[in-house]
This record gives sequence, structure tokens and C-alpha cells, in this order.
Amino acid sequence: MDLLNYAFMQRALLAAVLVGITAPAVGIYLVQRRQALMGDGIGHVAMTGVGLGFLLSASPVWMATAVSVLGAVLMELIRWYGRTRGDIALAMLFYGGMAGGVMFINLAPGGSNANLTSYLFGSLSTVSPSDVLAICLLAAFVVLVTLGLRRQLFAVSQDEEFARVTGLPVRALNLLTAVTAAVTVTVAMRVVGLLLVSALMVVPVAAAQQLGRSFAATFAIAVAIGVTVTLGGTITSYYQDVPPGATIVLLTIAAFIALTALATPLARRRARALAAARANGHPLECAIPANREATDEVGV
Amino acid sequence: MSEPVIRLRGIRADLGSRPVLRGIDLTVHRGEVVALLGANGSGKSTAVRSIIGQVPPSAGEIELFGTPRRDFRDWRRIGYVPQRTTAAGGVPATVTEVVSSGRLSRARFGLLRKADHEAVRRALELVGMADRAKDSVNALSGGQHQRVLIARALASEPELLIMDEPMAGVDLASQEVLARTLKQQVASGVTVLLVLHELGPLEPLIDRAVVLRDGCVLHDGPPPKAVGQHALPGHDHVHPHDAAGAEPIRTGLLS
Repeated sequence: MDLLNYAFMQRALLAAVLVGITAPAVGIYLVQRRQALMGDGIGHVAMTGVGLGFLLSASPVWMATAVSVLGAVLMELIRWYGRTRGDIALAMLFYGGMAGGVMFINLAPGGSNANLTSYLFGSLSTVSPSDVLAICLLAAFVVLVTLGLRRQLFAVSQDEEFARVTGLPVRALNLLTAVTAAVTVTVAMRVVGLLLVSALMVVPVAAAQQLGRSFAATFAIAVAIGVTVTLGGTITSYYQDVPPGATIVLLTIAAFIALTALATPLARRRARALAAARANGHPLECAIPANREATDEVGV
Repeated sequence: MSEPVIRLRGIRADLGSRPVLRGIDLTVHRGEVVALLGANGSGKSTAVRSIIGQVPPSAGEIELFGTPRRDFRDWRRIGYVPQRTTAAGGVPATVTEVVSSGRLSRARFGLLRKADHEAVRRALELVGMADRAKDSVNALSGGQHQRVLIARALASEPELLIMDEPMAGVDLASQEVLARTLKQQVASGVTVLLVLHELGPLEPLIDRAVVLRDGCVLHDGPPPKAVGQHALPGHDHVHPHDAAGAEPIRTGLLS
């Protein structure tokens, strides 16, 4: 493994593993809440942060974190209050964020859209030691939230109305999910890029859904897929000189297709076994008493 | 009458700009089984959702166990069964995982101890779903899914059960289990507020019916007499007052 001899590759691989863990870990809650595209929206907003980082000569990663957290909180607030015009408000937020990024980076001394490209599509060779430190800290936060509060986040994502009646702080947990998603976007930004982040949040979860029966298993499988494709994509991009972000995303989609093909006969067998068990064990399930039929004809 | 468990005073609520509740008064006393009836759009679900805090009322007062709802924190005393949505959930989850959510109101920091896991298992046994504990909820029938949602509400061992259309889209076997489970809960002193489209197989359990129309209370008293489809032969209901202590005759929907 000669690639481990290079410091930049060590950093890239570490960042890739952290992305592989965190993106699906947050993504599973977003998918459960049917907000699969939230990561994409945050990615757009984060561009303004990157642009501001260049303009103010601050770290683009930390600026992107600050701006995307703000954007995520705003998205959550729009979801609460802007029921009717919510989608239009979100569209303005997304494209405003993107336009802001392009504007700021061109205002920055010596800055051009070329600087933005590595943030949009990911770049391994430019992951600096300070980026790695930021990525490690942010990833630790994401893992702490997604694992430590998994029961609460599961309950809120599964059934918000019920979660409220168990006394969970539903709004605070929704905000925390949004903030965690925003943080994950910036963790993944350097490796897969802002425009491709969302794929790594959603597709490993979709692939894991084909195999898992429980939430815990789906979570574990999604993270395993995430780590496999980010590592695989990073190593491939080193040897083949292809862009890492695109390689990782295409690998993820390939994993999804492969697992779906694998899972379909599995699911069929499972359904057959279930049907057989039901036929033996629970005859009541489909028994219709004779005296029901007459009343069933009556329209209401 | 014993202390009120739920008390609504002049509740008004709007969805968008449309008034849905136009001054509802409703009191449920300890140990009572109250059915909230009414046509679609009469406001019965909104009334329940204002009680649990999902819909903020624009006027009026809500008290739970004598505490204004705003200050109420003792959520473990309430078990809630929301209207079942037919849309399958996105991410797979087992029956146990779903029912465990119901125990969170008693678990500190979301940590489930041995006693909590036992409570979850007991709740599953109550609805006859213990043998499906490790199955994905996506693999269940509508009726079985409803039983899981009721187990989730029972997991916190509540004093008050609030159920929104528990019988909607439920097969006969599950209807029977649900009616039996509810009967056990009522016998052990649990207070119940039910939203129902029609009285149906739960009729013998119901002490009082509150009928809503256009966001107003139309009737508050004994359950209305069955009319229409319910009055047809083959649809007779079991009334425990008729033959106290005797095994109920199993006819109609419960057969």
C-alpha cells in the first residue's frame, strides 16, 4: 500500500472514513423523515460559507459550517411556519446560497470559480492538516448525536405526533437533526463535494433498506456501505486519477443496484415463509363469518 | 363525579384560515370511556390533536390531570394512538423498536433499562404481538400494525389512553384483540378518549359519546342509538349491561 506513504493520502483516507460513517448516520434520520433532499439544500447554502471563507481569508470549512448550520436552522423554521409557501422559501434559500457563494468567491482577491470547483466536487490532494482537524471534531459531534440520541431521534423521525406525547422536546430534536445534517455536509465537503454530499447521505441508506429488517441493522449496514464506498472511491481515485467525489457516488449507486438485485429474491423468500407461517398459525386472519356477507353488500 | 382527567373549555382552532373547532367544551373524568363521534371534517381529530399539543388552539383552555396543558410535563400518564397512516415507513424498524419508543416517556435520557424492556414485552403480549417482536413493521397487516401502535401507547403504562380511529382499516381478528385489550385496560381503571367514525364493536365499552358537527358539540351523553347499517340484522352488538357477568354472545363484528 504505497499510497499510505503520502501524508496527503493519509489525511484523505481518514477524511473518507469519517465521511463514510457520518453521512449515512445522519442520512438515515433524514430518509426516515422523508427529507432525503435536505442534504442537497444544505450543500447549496454551504457554498456561501465557502465563498465567505475566501473573501474574509478565514477557513472555508469553518465558515461553511457556520453558514450551513444557519441555513439548516432556517430551513427547519420554514418547515414550521411557512406551510403554504414553504417550498418557494426553500428554493430562494438554496439558490440564494449558491449565488452568494459564486459572488463572494469572485469578490475575494484572486478568487475565481476555479477555487470553488474543489469544494463542489471534492478533492483529495487539497485536504490540509487543519481541514482534517476540523473534520475530526465535526465528525465526533455527528457520531455523538446520531448514536447517543438514536432512540429519541428515531421516535421523532418515525412519528413526530407520537413523540410529542412521550414528552420529547420535538422541536429541539428536529433542530438538532438539521444542525447535525449541516455539520455532516461540511465534513463531507472536502472529499465528495457539496453537490454530491446528499448522495452519500441517502443512497447507502436506501441500499441498506433492501437488507435490514430493523432500524439498528439498517443503520449498521448503511454505515458499512458508506465506509466501503468512501474508502474504495478514494483508493480508486488515487490509482486511476479520477475525481474522488464522482467515483464514490457512482460506487454507492452500484452498491445500491447490486444489493437490490440481491435482496429481491431474499424478500420474496421471506414473504413466502411468512405467508406459510400465517396459513398455519393464524387461520383467523382471513376467516370471514358467513353472517357478514349480507351486511357487506350494504353501501354506506 | 371524580376528578377530570381532560378538560376543554371553549376550544377554538383553525387550520390555515378555516375554523375547525368553534368553541368545544369537553370533560373526561377518571375511569370514563368517552367516544368522540362525528362525520369527516367535524373536527374530532383536531380536537384530540389540540389536547396532545399537535394543533395549537387559538382560544380556550385545556387541562390535563388538573394542570394547564402548557405546564403539563407528566407525559408518562398518557398513552396516545395516532390515526394510522397507510403509507409504509421509509426505513425498516422492528415491532420492538417501534413499541420501545412508547417507553421513552419513562426512560431517563432515552436509556432503556431491564424494567423498560420488560414493559415493552408486556405491552406486546397484551395485544398478542409478542411472537412478531423481531419482525419488520412493514411486513404487518393493517390490523397488526394498529395493534403495534396500541402496544406502543401501552408501553408507558398510562392512566389515560387517547386513540384516534383505532378501528379504521383493521381486520376482524385484530378488532377482536383491540376490543379485548381495551376492555382489560378499562377494567384496570384506565381512562379512555376515543375518536370513532362509528361506534362499532367498541360500543359496549363506551360510557358517554360526544358528537361533533362543524366544530361544535352537538350531543354529549349516552351513546346514540345505532342507525343505518348498524341497525341491520347481523350487525347486533354485545351489551354487557344486558347479561352482567355472562360470557358475551359473539355476534356481528366480534364473531
